[in-house]
Amino acid sequence: MSWGMGLGMGVGSAHRQTWAELRRYPSALAGVALILLLVALALHTLATVPYDQAVASWRSGEARLPINARPLWSDWLSPGRAPRSQSLIATEIDSEAFPGGRRLTQRIALDYAYDDFPSELALFLKPRDSERAAFLRLTWRTPDGREINLGSRRLVGETRVALSQDRVLEQRLGRPAHLGLLAAADGEAVLSGRHTLTLEAVFFDPDAELASELLLYGRVHGLAGTDHQRRDLGLALRWGTPIALAFGLVAAVGTTLSTLVIAAVGVWYRGWVDALIQRLTEVNMILPLLPILVMVGTLYSTSIWLMLGVVVALGIFSAGIKTYRAMLLPIREAPYIEAARAYGASHLRIVMRYMLPRILPVLIPTFVTLIPTFVFLEASLAVLGLGDPVMPTWGKVLNDAQAQSALYNGYYYWVLAPAALLMLSGLGFAMLGFALDRVFNPRLRSL
Amino acid sequence: MPEALLEVEGLTLDYHTRGGVMRAVDDVGFAVGRGEALVVLGESGCGKSSLARALMRLLPRNAGGLGGRVRLAGRELHLLDDETFRREVQWQGLALVMQASMNALNPVVKVGEQVAEPLRVHLGWERRRALARAAEVFELVGLPGDFLRRYPFELSGGMRQRAVLAMALVAEPALVILDEPTSALDVLTQAGIMNALKRVKAELGTGFILITHDVATSSELADRVALMYAGQLVEVADAETFFSAPGHPYAQALMASVPKLRQRERPRAIPGEPPSLLDPPAGCRFAARCPHRFADCDRLPPSFAPAPRQEVRCWLYKEASR
Repeated sequence: MSWGMGLGMGVGSAHRQTWAELRRYPSALAGVALILLLVALALHTLATVPYDQAVASWRSGEARLPINARPLWSDWLSPGRAPRSQSLIATEIDSEAFPGGRRLTQRIALDYAYDDFPSELALFLKPRDSERAAFLRLTWRTPDGREINLGSRRLVGETRVALSQDRVLEQRLGRPAHLGLLAAADGEAVLSGRHTLTLEAVFFDPDAELASELLLYGRVHGLAGTDHQRRDLGLALRWGTPIALAFGLVAAVGTTLSTLVIAAVGVWYRGWVDALIQRLTEVNMILPLLPILVMVGTLYSTSIWLMLGVVVALGIFSAGIKTYRAMLLPIREAPYIEAARAYGASHLRIVMRYMLPRILPVLIPTFVTLIPTFVFLEASLAVLGLGDPVMPTWGKVLNDAQAQSALYNGYYYWVLAPAALLMLSGLGFAMLGFALDRVFNPRLRSL
Repeated sequence: MPEALLEVEGLTLDYHTRGGVMRAVDDVGFAVGRGEALVVLGESGCGKSSLARALMRLLPRNAGGLGGRVRLAGRELHLLDDETFRREVQWQGLALVMQASMNALNPVVKVGEQVAEPLRVHLGWERRRALARAAEVFELVGLPGDFLRRYPFELSGGMRQRAVLAMALVAEPALVILDEPTSALDVLTQAGIMNALKRVKAELGTGFILITHDVATSSELADRVALMYAGQLVEVADAETFFSAPGHPYAQALMASVPKLRQRERPRAIPGEPPSLLDPPAGCRFAARCPHRFADCDRLPPSFAPAPRQEVRCWLYKEASR
């Protein structure tokens, strides 16, 4: 067997040992499972929802999504079946040409079977080959035979007729259209059965066509619901995962590595180098991180990458240097370091190959538990209104929820879902980190 | 003496201490031939380890001036700057096995990797080749080749000492300095190490400077002996001459203090203590403890040669030819 192979196997067996020891802690397994779950969610999101699409849809919302819809699963918690969004396409039933124009009659049949009213009604109209303004008359017919005139409109180009926002109609019905049209004549209950909407359009172009669609906005949508701007909360929660993980990981790696290397350099070179590093650290330790980030966010930019940069920059001379220095000082005096000096290893080699590897095992648990603190930091900034202006993140969802008084208005899912994700990521890394600490830190090992 | 490999003249090393400047190595001069073993004998604190450090330029932070001339195979080492010395002399010319060197192994790196490390640092060898060479040296010092893959804690003290010795030999240095290589080992292990050293000396022709306080062990390997007292060499002589007819009163007292098998008289202790190196006496440094003290001893004696290949720093030999 060659040496390379042998040594490679040795390393592999060391990893296996760590893993075998780690498996004795169920919390570690749960932590690993949670982290894997989050990573899988992040990867799946990256693969299925392109960044540009996510950002665009988060910026402006989607016209076809309901406002403040509950998540689908909330339907199980309440009696009755909450309405889903329903899209109905009109069928043409009559067409009649006249000199210089065309009259079209279309009908939309709606078999309404839900126990609650939809959240909104809107009509999407797409006229084609129609240069001049057309006229449109809408009539609603309920299952019990009442005919309700929805009024006439001018039709120019593609139009969204927001029936629920029609003030005149609302006054006539005594309540918004999505309630008034679907309710029984006398009262509150939903009138199930076949409702029909008739559209009579008069075009002043002989070849004009009309594509019409009635959209009943549901009261539940997707796994996470929607917010006040017709945005899918699921999108933000999904895209928030890779952002949170990347932020936490990069910040943790950046601060840990830079602190470690700086501490080692100080310990090795001593003298004024060490003194300078220690004084810088002491000054930096009393600088409050969050207010500085708030200041940068307020005065300069709230871009998440800038925030990441500031976090890492302020983390370079953080308190960790003191800890690492204390761990490295006895190692510097170890005989094998002197032996390395004796056979002429360079300073860099001694620091990198002899000193740092000694404290790496102790560092791994710290590093793992450090990741969620940065995830929380990013969320805190977003909750304070300093979230990234473009990207959807968990913190921004919480910020919106707070601004819209979500809990007061009964939109509990708006707060619960991002909070649960934050908690799970914290929990996952913490459980793994604490178990790793027991494996790597001999002082915590029970006999 | 065979052709000189290492020549040292007027080597001095100062330490800055709270009490002032201390000269730990004072005007030390000697030579080591190719394939020769020089034993530097002396009691604790006499400057033996400082001598090793001065030769290796492995100085602690409080070291002050390093003076004197050192020539290795004709090359004037004292003229080299630190970087050149590190790259060209350390380990390829001069290697060091440090005191308590059993602990000189990095506990988290496999022994083989560490033994191979000097080759990779100095000669830029790739790992596989360096490890193959390390395996050869392991055989030479009497360690099984598969020990390369062990961690230091899996080795006994004697095995670790052998591994450290292998590490010193791996780059085939002309001269190896061994600082108390056997001090923490039991007698059998000591013998094993000394045998390994003898074999290396015979097979590779490496020169050795063996620094020790142990007269008995040193006699096994020594070709020549240098006796150090309070920072100075007081006697440099052939091993045979030194052990049978030591010249300096300190050397005589030292030999008398070693217990011998089948010997009637009890070993005699040397009264008194060595002088403080912070404020050494102006004359002979051993004078205060010397049974032969006389007027001349108030001046520092130069070296006299009472016998061929024996140099003694004592006024008793004033009449001997220099």
